[in-house]
Amino acid sequence: MSLWRHLTRGLRGLVRPGQQATDIDDEVQHYFEQATAAHRERGLSEAEARRAARLELGSPHTAQERVRSYGWENSVRILLSDLRFAARQLRRNPGFTVVSVLTLALGIGASTAIFSAIDPVLFRPLPYPHPGRILMVWSTWQGARSEIAFGTWRELSQRSRSFDSTAIFEPWQPAMTGATEPRRLDGQSVSPAFFRVLGIAPSLGRDFRSSDEGPHAPRVVILSDSLWRHLFAGDPAILGRAVRLDGDDYIVIGVMPRGFEDVLSPSTELWTPDTYDATRITREFNSWEWGNHLRMVARLRPGVTRASAIQELVAIARTPWLQYPRPRWASLDRGLIVDALQQDIAHTVRPALLAVFAAVIIVLAIACVNVVNLLLARGAQRSGEFAVRGALGASSRRILRQLVTESLLLSLLGGALGIVAAIAGVRAIVALSPAGMPRLDAIAFDPPAFLFAFALTVIIGLSAGVVPALHIAHSNLQSGLQHVSRRIAGTHLWTRRVLVVAEIALALVLLVSASLLLHSMRRLLAVNPGFRPSHLLTLQVVTSGHRFDNSAADPDGGDRIRRRFFEQALEAVRRVPGVENAAFTSLLPLSDDPPVVGQYGAQFEDQDSQSGYNVFRYAVSPGYCQTMGIPLLSGRLLDERDRAGAPQAALISASLARHHFGDRNPIGSRLHVGPRDRPWYTVVGVVGNVRQTSLAIDQEDAVYLSTEQTWFADDSLSFVIRARANAAALVPAVKSAIWSEDSEQPIVRVVTMDRLMAITEAQRRFVLILFEAFGLVALLLAAVGLYGVLSGSMAERTREIGVRMALGASRGDILTLALRDGMRLTAFGLMIGLCGALAASRGIASLLFGISALDPASWLSMLALLTAVAALACWVPAWRGASVDPATTLRAE
Amino acid sequence: MNEQTTDVIQGTLDLLILKTLSLEPMHGFGIARRVEQVSRGVFKVNPGSLLTALQRLERAGWLDSAWRNTENSRRARFYNLTRSGRKQLELETADWTRRASAVARLLRQDA
Repeated sequence: MSLWRHLTRGLRGLVRPGQQATDIDDEVQHYFEQATAAHRERGLSEAEARRAARLELGSPHTAQERVRSYGWENSVRILLSDLRFAARQLRRNPGFTVVSVLTLALGIGASTAIFSAIDPVLFRPLPYPHPGRILMVWSTWQGARSEIAFGTWRELSQRSRSFDSTAIFEPWQPAMTGATEPRRLDGQSVSPAFFRVLGIAPSLGRDFRSSDEGPHAPRVVILSDSLWRHLFAGDPAILGRAVRLDGDDYIVIGVMPRGFEDVLSPSTELWTPDTYDATRITREFNSWEWGNHLRMVARLRPGVTRASAIQELVAIARTPWLQYPRPRWASLDRGLIVDALQQDIAHTVRPALLAVFAAVIIVLAIACVNVVNLLLARGAQRSGEFAVRGALGASSRRILRQLVTESLLLSLLGGALGIVAAIAGVRAIVALSPAGMPRLDAIAFDPPAFLFAFALTVIIGLSAGVVPALHIAHSNLQSGLQHVSRRIAGTHLWTRRVLVVAEIALALVLLVSASLLLHSMRRLLAVNPGFRPSHLLTLQVVTSGHRFDNSAADPDGGDRIRRRFFEQALEAVRRVPGVENAAFTSLLPLSDDPPVVGQYGAQFEDQDSQSGYNVFRYAVSPGYCQTMGIPLLSGRLLDERDRAGAPQAALISASLARHHFGDRNPIGSRLHVGPRDRPWYTVVGVVGNVRQTSLAIDQEDAVYLSTEQTWFADDSLSFVIRARANAAALVPAVKSAIWSEDSEQPIVRVVTMDRLMAITEAQRRFVLILFEAFGLVALLLAAVGLYGVLSGSMAERTREIGVRMALGASRGDILTLALRDGMRLTAFGLMIGLCGALAASRGIASLLFGISALDPASWLSMLALLTAVAALACWVPAWRGASVDPATTLRAE
Repeated sequence: MNEQTTDVIQGTLDLLILKTLSLEPMHGFGIARRVEQVSRGVFKVNPGSLLTALQRLERAGWLDSAWRNTENSRRARFYNLTRSGRKQLELETADWTRRASAVARLLRQDA
């Protein structure tokens, strides 16, 4: 009831301020008239009575003021008038306003954009029920995560008690035929509990059952919502229908919900149950069930902690049981790596993202410091105004309130513009982001990002207003009045100096980091990949269909057909005009071919059964090394002689030759690659090293075999095509040449080698671009800050300079004085910045390549750059100050 | 205006206003004069405080106000006690009596 009255009366006062004011004035006036009348009744004259009433009651204006200031609507009224005043102030100083708003917009926009990018990856819980209970389980190889085998998963899932459910999954890329063009789909082959581990069920149809698993189960698929909509127009009658994948009919049993996100492999369009067979887990270890190519995900039982689950798994790994045999390559003697799903998917990008976030926070800090600096400068200019207000009765709280309103208005303008910038920035980040970036689809300008931006804006607005206000409160108002005549040199500059030192320090931290990254990138791009990447087109051909199946009657029949298809396709490609040379390989350098699939054990004749090398196995066509431009160092290359049935020939890489033979000649020595029960390969030549995984990784032991002489025919091969001119222009002709041999075989990953190299280094480039941008902004802002402080200081010292010059100081003396002042600030900033940069360079150490974190060139160049820019920023106001005519200044007093 | 006197009044101003208005509707100056007369000049009421207090009490729902013309045809605002104002007066009177007698007992004990 009374709340209602407060609300309505207050609103009435706001809507009709005139009415309320008149009422109050009338009432007060009536009161005074009555008092006067009372005195008159006691016999005083009219004038005397009025005087007595005034004496007794004080000023009617004071009374009116008091009554008016009652009620919540009055605070609103003050706020509105403060806002009006602030807006007027900002309009009156367009230069100041534009610079501060743009600076704030830049800081808020950049940090909000980066926040939106990292929030879903690092902070926000994954879109599953109880996401904290989902764990990833990996085997360990060379200290890093590595895939596990079906046999290992069976042992872990049967022996452990910590999990509700566990699942394995691996990529499955079936070719869908029956449509106009054969199309390769991105799928996952999963164990039936996969979706139960994630905690999401299909929105249409049913989930996988254990009876769907295994080699003899009927073939079924679950589709993603987007595949269902694109290919089948969202038709609910799709359930029970068959789609033709790799020459087989698969029955659609379900469709996943629209918002479902498979963070484990974001591009997945469909899922099928795996076809592993538990009965083939034998002690011979020669079945697919013992290949290490599966990832494992598990959901904790409620109430079981992650730590105890990890403990249990580690204990299982350490104590093999007789009924669960383990081969040498799945012995788990190096232990397991177990990590929460969220950490696991982000572990490769986390250092880069944190570095970028730290960088953007530094930019934001510099932006805020600059705006505070501008506000302080303005506060100093306006000290006269505040003194007058104080003298007229404004309390210091009232002045503080007005100043904070002004800075809040400023930051709100900056924040609004910043949000616009952030929306554009988020798009740019998504476009720029490296291939391995998880949860890319979840990156958007969303409510958490908006909240982040809003919170930043308010915090900045409040703090940026309070600092100058405290300053004014400290220097008492009296001196402000005197200040108007500019006799006293500014003491308020002290705070601004500290702020400028901080700016320079922060800018140095960013610049040194950016410089280290830039030098790393240069080193990286200067790395010789081991082949000539220019004019090279690459594409992958995936064979699919039953005509390539080996049958019991003809165990090599399918392989023969597969090899013939690839050779005919290669011949067709070579005939395309503009093609200088072409070849194929099972493993394409610098591509996303998983390294673990291309690696095999190699053992030379003089090695015992326990030793050997992990080598990359390249099954290639004769002419591969010529096409790629991989140099022959000794012996001969593979050629037409190395056919099926001929003596088995192999090329080895220079690094493998050096590792095993040192200075001895490897030509003619014999080795096994892969299975030991096959004839020996004889080394016929040594070729140059090639970077396989990335330019940064020098893991180069490799063996090249002819596709006709390997122990199995690879079902997908990468074609490398050297063009006479523009490689990308050959794409349509090459595709139709391959499809002229068989139009049912999908062609994927069509990309030039130059582009492939850029993609490989995308993560570094992403971080580098952002750091360079932030570094430049920081440099600019720091220079502006320094310039502002020095200009202010020179303006305040005009009189001092005049006196000095009148007493005989030369212009050079004044210039030196001012420059020394500015450079002293710079030097302080650089010293503090060096400490910060030292810490920062440690933080980004994992992103560096080929240089130490203390690389002198990177450090010195940035120190020099910052010093030069600072000197320039000092020189301009110093020169202006020194150009003052002493007579003018002194006369002006 | 004596600050200390005002302070004394401020704590009990609401009670004094409610009590005064329980007899008949009055305008601001009337209330002030009645309080002054009845207290024999002990309480002097400041117009700013009084008029603010009247607004507050009105918003709390204890008073009603209406603009009326006085005998010399001036616009004046008259206040009168509402039903809930009467209840509030009873409450505050009881409260005041309790406090005052407690203070009085303490003072007697001391003497």
